[in-house]
Amino acid sequence: MNSSNKKIAVFATILVLIAMVFFVVQDSSLFTFKENTEEYIAPETGINDPSHPDYDKIENGIHLRTGFAEGEGLQLVITNCTTCHSAKLVTQNRMSEERWKATIRWMQETQNLWDLGANEDTIVNYLATQYAPIAKGRRQNFAKIEWYNLKDE
Amino acid sequence: MQRRKFIKRATLASMASLLGTEIVFGDTLAAGYLPLGLQEPDPFKMFNKDAQMVLLNDKPWNMEAQAHLLDDKITPNKFMFIRNNGNIPKEIDAENWTITFDGESVAREKTFTLKELKSNFKPYTYQLTLECGGNGRSEFDPPAKGNQWTIGAVSCATWTGVRLRDVLADVGIKDDAVYIAYHASDTHLSNDPSKEPISRGVPISKAMQDETLIAYQMNGTAIPIAHGYPLRLIAGGFPASASGKWVNRISIRNIIHDGPKMTGTAYRVPCEPIAPGEKIADEDMCIIESMPVKSLITYPKTGAVLQKGKSLNIRGHAWAGELKVREVAYSIDFGSTWKNCQLEQPANRLAWQHFNASIDFPQEGYYEVWAKATDENGIAQPMILPGWNPKGYLNNACHRIAIKIN
Repeated sequence: MNSSNKKIAVFATILVLIAMVFFVVQDSSLFTFKENTEEYIAPETGINDPSHPDYDKIENGIHLRTGFAEGEGLQLVITNCTTCHSAKLVTQNRMSEERWKATIRWMQETQNLWDLGANEDTIVNYLATQYAPIAKGRRQNFAKIEWYNLKDE
Repeated sequence: MQRRKFIKRATLASMASLLGTEIVFGDTLAAGYLPLGLQEPDPFKMFNKDAQMVLLNDKPWNMEAQAHLLDDKITPNKFMFIRNNGNIPKEIDAENWTITFDGESVAREKTFTLKELKSNFKPYTYQLTLECGGNGRSEFDPPAKGNQWTIGAVSCATWTGVRLRDVLADVGIKDDAVYIAYHASDTHLSNDPSKEPISRGVPISKAMQDETLIAYQMNGTAIPIAHGYPLRLIAGGFPASASGKWVNRISIRNIIHDGPKMTGTAYRVPCEPIAPGEKIADEDMCIIESMPVKSLITYPKTGAVLQKGKSLNIRGHAWAGELKVREVAYSIDFGSTWKNCQLEQPANRLAWQHFNASIDFPQEGYYEVWAKATDENGIAQPMILPGWNPKGYLNNACHRIAIKIN
């Protein structure tokens, strides 16, 4: 979080306090304030401050803050892909090189993604390597069944 | 992917949790400004969702239920899936909210305040099934792009509002009207103010149905913010993306609406079937209208272990887009034999229907209970994946649960 965002966060905290007092005293409904940050927050880790010791920590091959797999091009992917959307939109998908490339083109044509220039090959290679399709057939077995004793209702 | 522990930014989080549940969604506030500024880092708290809901995406917010969470006959907010395409509007002023009717085929452009809408037109309440067009996408092979919904992007809540057709009659529409299109106050992920994240709609014939509402209440209270507060278009039976949230404008079009997520491959499937992975031109893709027949076993949760000799009572819901469900059957032998379930009539048109059955198992061992619904035209759910399509829509393959008899 940069210093201006910190100021906004402090300001928001003060506003919340004022609002709480306001509510207790007035039981009124008219207050409003700005969202405290625009930057990408990974809600499952809460690590969104560059000074956080785990900001770019990798554990068991996973970049903790974003959930991305460790690999060549990781930082480029973080920078270019998570400005607009969650890393989760990447990590839950599986595509071939051709389809990752087509997805980038679609984002450039319709979603305001910028020209990736010389970084494009590295990014596409990272995505097609780390998030390649897995054959699933026409119906899969249950992945994991958590057995439990069914009680009478 | 289960919910993990969230590390909270102590002060903000604890205050937001204090305020979040009691005030953000409170009735007192519903009439005025709605502050999303708290930004509770825990989306389950921020949106009042059950901890067993599964978070697929946090920018934009996308969250789904699991089958056993959908056991209620009327889906409460805590188990209702969230599918957002853009950013939720930051400041919502319901007091001064307006909705404008315009477009090539409007007789006269007209704007209503929320209050005028409520006082000028008769309210109606219906239970309406909303299912995301991409529900079940995660099973397609080759994989389809987008949020990887499993089975939980469906709900049937009670919606209250005015009939769109009553408002259209008041506004006046021209003879050449073919489509209505919603516009809303959510913002594009790129923060480009000139871009709408999504602007879809329905054909005039759907707009004129009794159950197509401009809704201001869900389950008897103000619509939760993630679901479109303060005004949402509700077109049950169509892909839920046709039911626009935070709606502030409805355009009556003399062409099939061409807004974002109406064109290309979005919410479209091949007009003629194609092989898995086959390439297809955009012009050969057709807009999804009615969702297909489908069902879910909502009790028991998959993985139940029973003692030998005990019967198993299963229950769930079935729906068929614009149609009614004619029957629901179950199989415990992978489709070799089927037995009928008891099936209730819908509460109203476009509401899901409840089914139940009592099952006896012949011997100890591993079973899967599969459910299969058939619509009023005799079309049933497939046991395997239906036709592949590039964006992975309309997976209505049978739902199943695992059972062990000891």
